[in-house]
Amino acid sequence: MANYRERLLRPLLDDNPITVQVLGLCSALAVSRSLRPALIMAISVIAVLIFSNVAVSLMRGIIPRSIRLILEVTLIASAVIVVDQVLQAFAPDVSQVLSVFVGLIITNCIVLGRVESFALHNPVGDSLADAIGNGLGFSAVLLTVAAIRELFGNGTLMGTTILPDAFPKNEMMLYAPSAFLLIGLIIWASRTWQQRRERRESTTANPVNLRRIG
Amino acid sequence: MEQAINIILRAMFMENLALVYLLGMCTYIAVSKRVETAIGLGAAIMVVLFVTVPVNQWMYQSLLAPGALAWAGYPELDLSFLRFIVFIGVIAALVQILDLFLERFFLRLHQALGIYLPLLTVNCAILGASLFMVQRSLTFADSVAYGIGVGAGWALAVIMFAAIRERLRYSDAPEGLRGLGLSFIVTGLLAFAVSGLSGIEV
Repeated sequence: MANYRERLLRPLLDDNPITVQVLGLCSALAVSRSLRPALIMAISVIAVLIFSNVAVSLMRGIIPRSIRLILEVTLIASAVIVVDQVLQAFAPDVSQVLSVFVGLIITNCIVLGRVESFALHNPVGDSLADAIGNGLGFSAVLLTVAAIRELFGNGTLMGTTILPDAFPKNEMMLYAPSAFLLIGLIIWASRTWQQRRERRESTTANPVNLRRIG
Repeated sequence: MEQAINIILRAMFMENLALVYLLGMCTYIAVSKRVETAIGLGAAIMVVLFVTVPVNQWMYQSLLAPGALAWAGYPELDLSFLRFIVFIGVIAALVQILDLFLERFFLRLHQALGIYLPLLTVNCAILGASLFMVQRSLTFADSVAYGIGVGAGWALAVIMFAAIRERLRYSDAPEGLRGLGLSFIVTGLLAFAVSGLSGIEV
């Protein structure tokens, strides 16, 4: 049980797919202009991740090593086709906004990365937990960036106005490059926090260090 | 001819895949520590894009587009939803062929590219270029020009970034910002600079 917990929680912060593993950046950067498409993108990525991780984990015994990449990519592409058709049927406006980026989930490195490095060697339960954990870790960063960009660029969240008109809008946030700056800052914050925690842990675990510092 | 030059310039600068659409970022960040490797990667991407975009255009027009199978007696068939799986299959196959071809005839280039060549299959820029090609309904000749332009633009972006990154080693950044965080911020500034070109009409 503790195993599943770790698989679910570690990718949220300590092993975050975007800020630590540096995977799946394209879609995180490109669809983060406002919250609603980002939310739908996050759900789509989680759905594809769960499907491909579970499917590959179920077939891990029978996949020949030499053609595993093309098999994995085909599985992922099938899942993405289903997601794309569902979006076109039930949320055509968002499907328009996301345009090519739904298709680009196929080449989202998180999906292939988790399939290749985790699902190929682990049982179904673990792979499911890993898929959900990594999907949520990806969503956390994507939604944070999207919320900041929509709030300060447009004064709204999910389309409803939050900031009063008197509050000056930062139009820079609506341009794509600002996503880079925000993710850079998020990485800076999370690394600093991690380094500080590691330093604290190493000093409490090892009093000799403390004396040397003192 | 004029139109081809126009498409190439647009794809290279105004609609640069790396810095305007932010595609292929994983490879872009991972393989830009040194200028030489960035040049090798840029060359590989250019070759792959130059081949895959026209081939995918041909596949789409002759098999997948609505009504494309009229010659086989299915004029109302629309297989365009299969484009993801077909495009990624074509890309994977072409990358594999390119890998074998370079290993046989250009061994030195093959060694320089190393692991990055097979990884191009899952580079978003390459699939993205094919998807944009469909979205803009380019003709075959236009797609050749588009393939050249996007490839050159992406290569330019990664080489430029690698050159900046080599200099960053001498900067005195805060500890948590060093490496990845700073790379992102530099790319952001670079992308802002490129977005200044967006209003230009050729």
